[in-house]
Amino acid sequence: MLAIVGYYEEWWIQILKAVVIFAVGLQLVPVVLLAERKLLGRFQARYGPNRVGPFGALQPLADILKLLTKEQFRPSTSIGFLFVLAPLISILTAVAAFAIIPFGNVQHIFGKEVGLYGIDVSIGPLYVFAFGGIAFYGIMLGGWSSGSKYSFLGAMRAAAQLISYEVSQGLALVGVIFTAQTLSLTGIVEAQKGMWYIVPQFFGFLIFLTASFAETNRAPFDLTEADAELVGGYNTEYGGGRFASYYFAEYLNVLVVSGIVTTVFLGGWLMPFGIHPPGWVDPFVVLFKMGLVTFLFIWVRATLPRLRYDQLMSFGWKVLLPLATLNALVTAVLVVVTH
Amino acid sequence: MTDPTTTTAELNVTSWSPGEDVIEVMRTPAPGPARATWRTFRETARGLMTTFGRLTEKGVTVQYPEEKTPVYPRFRGRHKLHRFEDTGLEKCVGCSLCAAACPADCIRVVAAENTPENRVSAGERYAAVYEINLSRCIFCGYCEIACPFDAITMGHDYELSDYDRSDLIFTKEMLLAEPLERTPLRNEGE
Repeated sequence: MLAIVGYYEEWWIQILKAVVIFAVGLQLVPVVLLAERKLLGRFQARYGPNRVGPFGALQPLADILKLLTKEQFRPSTSIGFLFVLAPLISILTAVAAFAIIPFGNVQHIFGKEVGLYGIDVSIGPLYVFAFGGIAFYGIMLGGWSSGSKYSFLGAMRAAAQLISYEVSQGLALVGVIFTAQTLSLTGIVEAQKGMWYIVPQFFGFLIFLTASFAETNRAPFDLTEADAELVGGYNTEYGGGRFASYYFAEYLNVLVVSGIVTTVFLGGWLMPFGIHPPGWVDPFVVLFKMGLVTFLFIWVRATLPRLRYDQLMSFGWKVLLPLATLNALVTAVLVVVTH
Repeated sequence: MTDPTTTTAELNVTSWSPGEDVIEVMRTPAPGPARATWRTFRETARGLMTTFGRLTEKGVTVQYPEEKTPVYPRFRGRHKLHRFEDTGLEKCVGCSLCAAACPADCIRVVAAENTPENRVSAGERYAAVYEINLSRCIFCGYCEIACPFDAITMGHDYELSDYDRSDLIFTKEMLLAEPLERTPLRNEGE
């Protein structure tokens, strides 16, 4: 069966879906937070948090409770309205981008046809990049309105980094879009029935992954929050709930990128070796693959040291961008020749 | 700028010889773009495998309040005052040599005469007051060396924090009391 692209449900199902997706995203973030701290510990021959609750399972809860009960603080040099707005932009864009990750195809639930995704927009990847572009305002405005030089420097770095890497990220996906002949994410998953795109688009996958590390401000490209030079980067002056928002957005962005990688390169809800499980298994398959990609993110963070700033910029423009362009070009030629 | 492949011998250093155990760093010429890319990938993969290997290992963390690192026999922890095992008399004769030796000036001794009715120590006199201010003590162990009767020794206890400074002034009774065995001792060869 082909994917039903551009299918819209009744309004009340859409609202229900929005709530469910927000809830799922909200539940996943503490899990990723804990997984990161535990895994980083194991990678460094430590144990990670193991005091709060069984095996430290309640550590994220304790962290969040601590952050939310802290006093709201604002430096006197900050610009109040933007200072409050910036974390909201960050969190909003992260949640919005989470909405298009398909957790499964259209299912029949209680006689209704429900797509297991927030929305199936016909411009899938562009939607993600659009919100990635807006997310940059969250970081930029936060750093700028803090009225602190470290925040400002962090924000400036974030601005330059996001712009340079978004280009390569987009170009890496162009190859996939050429091959799948569709921009809908469910369509791209359905087009991977024969072979996941990680095989024919392996270079695209590597480029996208590398650019995604930079896009989500994670090691080895976490220059925006290089603790050694910039105290904490753009969120230096933030504390309490607003800092929690930034933190939440950061981890949700990791999840979003994992979801995009899963959808675009790892075959979404498709299982390997032609196994066709019932429809309700699909979300778990997607979550499992997202977990693998998130593990890769944490693994890389535990391994690679932070790059110098000029290295980051020259790598983005001189290596990644030409490679991504070449990848798109070669794919385009191959698609034309084989069709 | 010297050629990076030059060894120390070639530099004609005659005034000072680094000896036999000198480490010579041999640098290969800078690789071309293809080799550099390959090297980057290879080294990244090697790094990833190195960290992945740590996942299967046991952590090296000592879960402190539950487990403790054993101390060496000569570890200088909290002081102990001793009695003779047979007679039960205190070894300390109140000579104040420990107080004289103490660089931090944290020991206070007030001596008193032993009487036939009240015999506290084996010598002529005994310490009526013996106090160590552990908030000043630097745990150098000079008191132990100065003592002619081995009456004061450094124990193994290091968990000494308290809520009040005055609680850190240890009196003679506290120092004489058999301390709680809170610190594991390292075995021979461990």
